[in-house]
Amino acid sequence: MTIFGQKAPATALVGLLIILLNVLVAVAGPMVAPYGETQVVGGGWDPSSATTWFGTDQIGRDMLTRLIYGARMTIGIAFVTTILSFFIGITLGLVAAVLGKWVDVVISRLVDVVLSIPLLIWALMILNVLGQSLTSLVLTIAFLDSTRVFRLSRALGINLVALDFVEVARMRGEGLWWIIGREVLPNAAAPLMSEFGLRFCFNFLFIAALSFLGLGVPLPYADWGGMVKDNVGGISFGLPAALYPAAAIAILTVGINLVVDWFLSIDARPSGAQAEM
Amino acid sequence: MIRLILMRIGLGLLTLFVVSAVIFLLTQILPGDVASSVLGQNATPENLAAFRHELGLDQPALSRYLTWLWGVLHGDFGVALTNKRDIIQELAPRFRNTLFLAGYAALLALPISVGFGILAAVREGRLTDRVANILALICISMPEFFVGYLLILNFSVNHEYFPSLATVSSDTPFGERVWAVTLPAITMTLLVTAHMLRMTRNSVLAIMSTPYVEMAFLKGLTRGRVVTRHALPNAASPIISVIALNLAYLVVGVVVVENVFTYPGVGQYMIDAVTKRDVPVIEACGIVFASVFITLNTLADVLAIVLNPRLRHPR
Repeated sequence: MTIFGQKAPATALVGLLIILLNVLVAVAGPMVAPYGETQVVGGGWDPSSATTWFGTDQIGRDMLTRLIYGARMTIGIAFVTTILSFFIGITLGLVAAVLGKWVDVVISRLVDVVLSIPLLIWALMILNVLGQSLTSLVLTIAFLDSTRVFRLSRALGINLVALDFVEVARMRGEGLWWIIGREVLPNAAAPLMSEFGLRFCFNFLFIAALSFLGLGVPLPYADWGGMVKDNVGGISFGLPAALYPAAAIAILTVGINLVVDWFLSIDARPSGAQAEM
Repeated sequence: MIRLILMRIGLGLLTLFVVSAVIFLLTQILPGDVASSVLGQNATPENLAAFRHELGLDQPALSRYLTWLWGVLHGDFGVALTNKRDIIQELAPRFRNTLFLAGYAALLALPISVGFGILAAVREGRLTDRVANILALICISMPEFFVGYLLILNFSVNHEYFPSLATVSSDTPFGERVWAVTLPAITMTLLVTAHMLRMTRNSVLAIMSTPYVEMAFLKGLTRGRVVTRHALPNAASPIISVIALNLAYLVVGVVVVENVFTYPGVGQYMIDAVTKRDVPVIEACGIVFASVFITLNTLADVLAIVLNPRLRHPR
């Protein structure tokens, strides 16, 4: 099967299918969910049955319904965060690349400081200051993640700024935003696209981990990381309730990674040793 | 070369200094008044003033920072707000536990990832390579807690091979400690192995597209020989820096894994402190993680300079 004129391997098709299914469930949400988001339909941790396919959670809500509503929240937040992170990262990165000189030095050093220790540690400290809310979560992760986007877009930008057409635009007297938006950005779009997939995965797992630690998406929203945390009590009785949301996280990330892997292999097929016959 | 290495170490120390300043700024100065948030609404003005004086909050910010930094350099992290105990006494055994877990995981992960990474590069495009690649991709995609709980459910609840809680104390005998920490170590191994395997494979393959490797093939050497004798010596330095970076990642990856297995390490201590808003403890854990991370990164760069003559001359 070919997509965009490229032959897609079976793994990429599986990945696409997983992503489509998840997005569909997230968008359709309430229409496909068998029960209400907070509706109690049975006892705590009932096993799976014909009416509740994945059993019930710790206080008797239908697991499948919670998973469907959770898809909305979890995927939605990760998506918004990644968009915001790319907006900040690309803007700063290309401004640094085009202006150069002290602007570049100042932003780059600041980013170096942020990236010199793990983002999770920063996130814990910043969230401690800002307190727990959806807005502060999205802003914190977007800010932290934008440093990685900055690195990539600056590197891409610096290579492009050295080319003749940017020089020509500068001599025509075009302003900073024209050069960034019309000359540099369109030429950096392709590598940024596959980076978007990778950053989305990273943010998705990051937010899930924070929710699992009890510092992510606040109550009363259903989100997959938080659902794992709420249901872990069942594990020691051999009840797998906590594993369903965790598996949902894993499956979606695998799907995205499969597709991104394919994108990357189109861009730069590992050339191997071409002389080997 | 010595000058370059010293410069790199100096840069590492400078980074650590700046990071410590940012951590202090973030946790102590931005949140406003720690005293009133700890004492709550029932505090009288006299209480507040006394508590502020006790915490040193009536001093200017810069001198507070310098006092704090001086203490940290001498192993004095102050006292925890919640239980009034010296942080260092709680932190030191936990730090040893964290290093033990990370070291155990590294011991499992290193041979597997480098071995299979090279194997995948040797058999590029064949079945072994594809299987290794897909398995690595799946491992990267799985959140730590999924792997952790899957292991707990299968190996300590359904079959009682290992304990589900890795609770160890300082007087736990070595054998028992290894046994208790096995499941968390396997969880972390799965995660870093995938990263290291892919990066090892890629750095070997990057070398494979150079002219001298092409020459070796044209001489008629077998693929296995070209990889082990011609490509690998040059791929060694990127692989070593990949390993150092992943060891740094291990030390951070413990935060989630320690919470899954309720293992008494620095990560669990930090999460505990964040939920209780215990600022001095958060700072102490932050600075400990930062120093380990920056040290390992600096070490990676120094090793790269030592191993790769091309990096010895600054451009």
